[in-house]
Order: sequence, then C-alpha cells, then structure tokens
Amino acid sequence: MTLELFSQYLLAGVTYGIIYAIVGIGFNIIYNTTGIINFAQGEFVMLGGMTAISLTQWLPLPLAIGAAVVVVMLIGALVEILFIRWLDRPSVLRMIIITIGISILIREAALHIWGDGVRSLPYFAGNEITTIQVLGARVSPQVLWVIGVCAVMVLALSLFFKYTLQGKKMQACAANRMAATLCGISTKNMVTLSFMLSAGIGALAGCVMSPITYTQYDIGTGLAIKGFTVAILGGLGSSMAAVTAGLLLGLIEAFSVSVVPLAFQDAIAITLLLAILFFRPHGLFGSKDAAGLKEF
Amino acid sequence: MLRIKNLEAGYGKLRVLKRISLHVNPGEIVTLIGANGAGKTTLLSTITGLVRATAGEIVLKGQNIETLKAEKIVFRGCSLVPEGRQVFATMSVRENLVLGSYVQHRQGKEQLREGIEYIYDLFPVLRERKAQLAGTLSGGEQQMLAMGRALMAKPALIMLDEPSTGLAPLVVKNIFRIIERLREEGNTVLLIEQNAKAALKVADRGYVLETGKIILEGQADELLANRDVQRAYLGRDVKEN
Ligand SMILES: Nc1ncnc2c1ncn2[C@@H]1O[C@H](COP(=O)(O)OP(=O)(O)OP(=O)(O)O)[C@@H](O)[C@H]1O
Ligand SMILES: [Mg+2]
Repeated sequence: MTLELFSQYLLAGVTYGIIYAIVGIGFNIIYNTTGIINFAQGEFVMLGGMTAISLTQWLPLPLAIGAAVVVVMLIGALVEILFIRWLDRPSVLRMIIITIGISILIREAALHIWGDGVRSLPYFAGNEITTIQVLGARVSPQVLWVIGVCAVMVLALSLFFKYTLQGKKMQACAANRMAATLCGISTKNMVTLSFMLSAGIGALAGCVMSPITYTQYDIGTGLAIKGFTVAILGGLGSSMAAVTAGLLLGLIEAFSVSVVPLAFQDAIAITLLLAILFFRPHGLFGSKDAAGLKEF
Repeated sequence: MLRIKNLEAGYGKLRVLKRISLHVNPGEIVTLIGANGAGKTTLLSTITGLVRATAGEIVLKGQNIETLKAEKIVFRGCSLVPEGRQVFATMSVRENLVLGSYVQHRQGKEQLREGIEYIYDLFPVLRERKAQLAGTLSGGEQQMLAMGRALMAKPALIMLDEPSTGLAPLVVKNIFRIIERLREEGNTVLLIEQNAKAALKVADRGYVLETGKIILEGQADELLANRDVQRAYLGRDVKEN
C-alpha cells in the first residue's frame, strides 16, 4: 500500500468514523437520561440534511443549516412530548418498539415530502472537483469540514456536561432520577432536552456530511446501525468511548476495502455488533459491573 | 410548618396510608416510628410528591402542596433525605452539593460557596473528599453527603428517612449529634428511624405508625416511657444493642 493510498483510507475512515461517533453520542445522551435506546437517531441525521437542502432554496447555506438544526431539534422535542413523555415507567421492549415505530414514521414522512431521490447540499468550500493535499492524499475540503465540525461538537458537548448547570442537571438525571427530582430538577424536561440535544447534533452531522455522502430519505437506518454499534462498542453511555469506538469502526471499514469487496462494507459493522454482543456486551471499554446494572 | 390531614395514599390498588393526620411545628424535631412496612417511607414520599395522595391535605407553611409535582415541592422548602443514600454516584462530592443547591440557583456564587463551606463544617470528612466520586464513598460518608445535599437547599423542613441504617455505632452517634445541631440552629426536622430509642431521645414529639395508621402520638419522653412502645419498639432495641 502506498503512502498516498494509506492516507486516503485513513482520512475516509476518520471522516465516517466521526460521523458514526456523533450518532453514537446521540444514542448515549438519550440512553443516559432515560435508559432508552432511541432507534430513530439516524432519522435525525437524515432530517437535518433534507431540511437544510430544502431551505437552501430560500436561505444562504449557513443560515439554512442553522435553521435546519433548530427545526430538527424541535422535531426531537415533539417526538419526545408526543410519544415518550406520557409513558409511566415503560418496559425496555416497549420503548424499543416505540422508537422503531417513530423511525419508520419519520422515514415514511420524509419519503412523502422529499421523494426517494438522492439529494445533497452544495460543498461548503469549492465544488466537487476541488481538492486539497492532506498527508500526501488529495481530498475534498469537505472532509476537513466534517472532521472539524464533528470534533468541535464533541468538545462542546463535553464542556456542556462538565461546566454548565443544564449539563449537570442532565448528568444528575442519568445518575439517579429520584435524587434529581428531590433536588428540584424536572426529569421530564431533562428528557426532552436530551432528545433535542441528540436531534441537534445528529442534524448538524447530517448537514456537513451531505455533500460527500449524499442524503436520501432512508439513510437513517444504516446510520442508526453504525451508531448503535459504536455506542455498544464504547460501552453504552460514555461519550468519549463512543468517539474512540466510532473512529475504530470508521477505520476498520475504510481499510477493509483493500481486503474485502466494497459490497461487504456494511456487513462489517453488523458482524462487529454481533461479536460484541456475544463476547463483550459491556463494550470494549465499559466495565462489567456497569453492564450488570443495565436493564438488558 | 407542616400539617397533614386525613392523608391517604398507596401504590395502585394497594392502600398504604389510611387517614393519617399529623403536624410538625417550626423548630421541632418530630420522629415517626413504626415497624417495617408500616408505611413510613410511603408517607415521606407522599409529602415530597413522589407518590400521589389519593385523599386528604398536606399543608406546608400555610399552602396546600398535595397536588404539586415533586420537583416543585422542593422549591417550597421541604427536602427529603431518602432511604438508602441516593447520591449521584457518578459525580463528585462537590458536584452533588452544588446540585443540592439547585433550588437556590438564583443565589450568588458567594452564597453558594458559603453554603458548601457550612456543609463541610458539619461534615468535615466531605471536605477531605470533595473531589472524590460519590459512588466511591463509604456508606456512612454517602449518608452524610445525602444529608448535606438536602441541606444545601436551605429547606424550612428537612425529612430524614432512616439516616442511621447500616452504619457503625460511632457514625450513628455523629449523625444524631448533627440532627441535634440542626435543631439548635432553628431547623425543623421530621425524622424516621428504626432506632426508636435514639430517635425519641433527640425528638421533641413522636408518632407511632402501624399498618398505615397513626396509633399513638405524644411528647417524646412520654412515648419513651409508654409500655406499648417499649414492648413493640424499644424492647428489640435493647436486645440488639
Ligand atoms: N413502589 C412500591 N410499589 C408497591 N408497593 C410498595 C412500594 N413501596 C412500598 N410498597 C408497599 O407499601 C408498604 C409500606 O412500605 P414503606 O416502604 O412505606 O414501609 P416502611 O415503613 O418505610 O418500611 P421500612 O421500615 O422497611 O423502610 C409495604 O407493604 C410495601 O410493600
Ligand atoms: Mg422505609
């Protein structure tokens, strides 16, 4: 393998990996405050891309993206308020079925609104043939946008949870729902907030990746599987571990192209997911004790 | 301070509390004793709004609170230290205390710092461990943290659900000393204890709860001297100690 090819794979791996990480973190945020695995997580990414694409008809690109993120956050809140909020201590199975139902609903609505065509946002800088030299490889500047924006999101999220009162309140809900209530924290509002936050980061990721990966009404499913794999791989709940796991999955996929045919690329994530669920259900980095505390 | 009238509550079809009436005056320590399953925890949960009252009234500082949500009741000045040390295990001691002061979050940084210093004063061991994760504290330290966190809300009424359970005698003594100190500083305390003797010794008044009904009430020293109470709740204490 030449150095150039190596760098090419590396960058592709990091690009996809960090997107998976964002989807995985979306899973984690909701899981932490509610114990729910939200299988509609991928749909937020799709909605972000699609909404922004539609809005570029009327708005300049940055505004369209900003507005799309806000719209998808509101959709996230709406989903929580309509489908989740009124449930009183639902079982895990019921929650899984509900979130899968929500994802189908959103996908069908998207098919209805946008059709089944493949769309994409324009490149943020230059066009599809613009390239820049990175580590000896020629890549589109959009790759750097994806990596940069996602990295900033990860950083912002960890600062949010560490230093802001809202972040601490969400963490408190995750740690002990009853104690949080007794401190005067509205756990229901925190759950809504966690849906908004997950929807928001998913939507932004959906926008920055759109020029290179394209957006279609059904991309959510695949992303949800990848993101779920990453979340599980990192040991559900830990955002930093999800980043590591995301990059790992992205790199494995990228480099596997040189070994197995492209068509099998998606099978890798599934294989990995099954392998983890069989052999290390608490994730690569999670502890066994923590896994024992989880509901399934 | 707190006045409860004909309160009923339960879980689904199960009625646990049956027409409970009691009151706590400002500056008092009132204790509630009763066997396992009598409904003590349920009573405190109902006062804090974690369990809905199905009938009756709960009046705190002259205002009815029985229909308020749990997170709103804390803002009215009534904090619960729940059974079994419910600390935020994944967060540091200091973060736990800061969250405890959430109902006071409009206060300045200076007051927050003073509040935390006051708790560190009450429980010096928490100062030593302020950066440690709450989940890694010992049982006694977690209990102190849970009490400290509730006090951070500067509640008019603090309710303690079996604060001494599972703790070594020396730590229990310390906890009771702090409860006394709270009274000296003018706080109002509603205390639930298995350790009826110790509880009645610090308390001003007491209630005895049996299968969801209040069967006896009176001054703490009267209850201590009461034959029925001695047989049912203190006899066991004597044997255990
Ligand atoms: N969440 C719940 N769901 C159903 N029943 C409950 C629940 N919590 C308590 N109970 C029942 O209500 C009754 C009273 O329980 P409660 O916890 O109030 O007792 P307690 O006086 O605090 O006992 P202990 O001294 O053991 O803490 C018990 O019969 C118990 O089984
Ligand atoms: Mg109890």
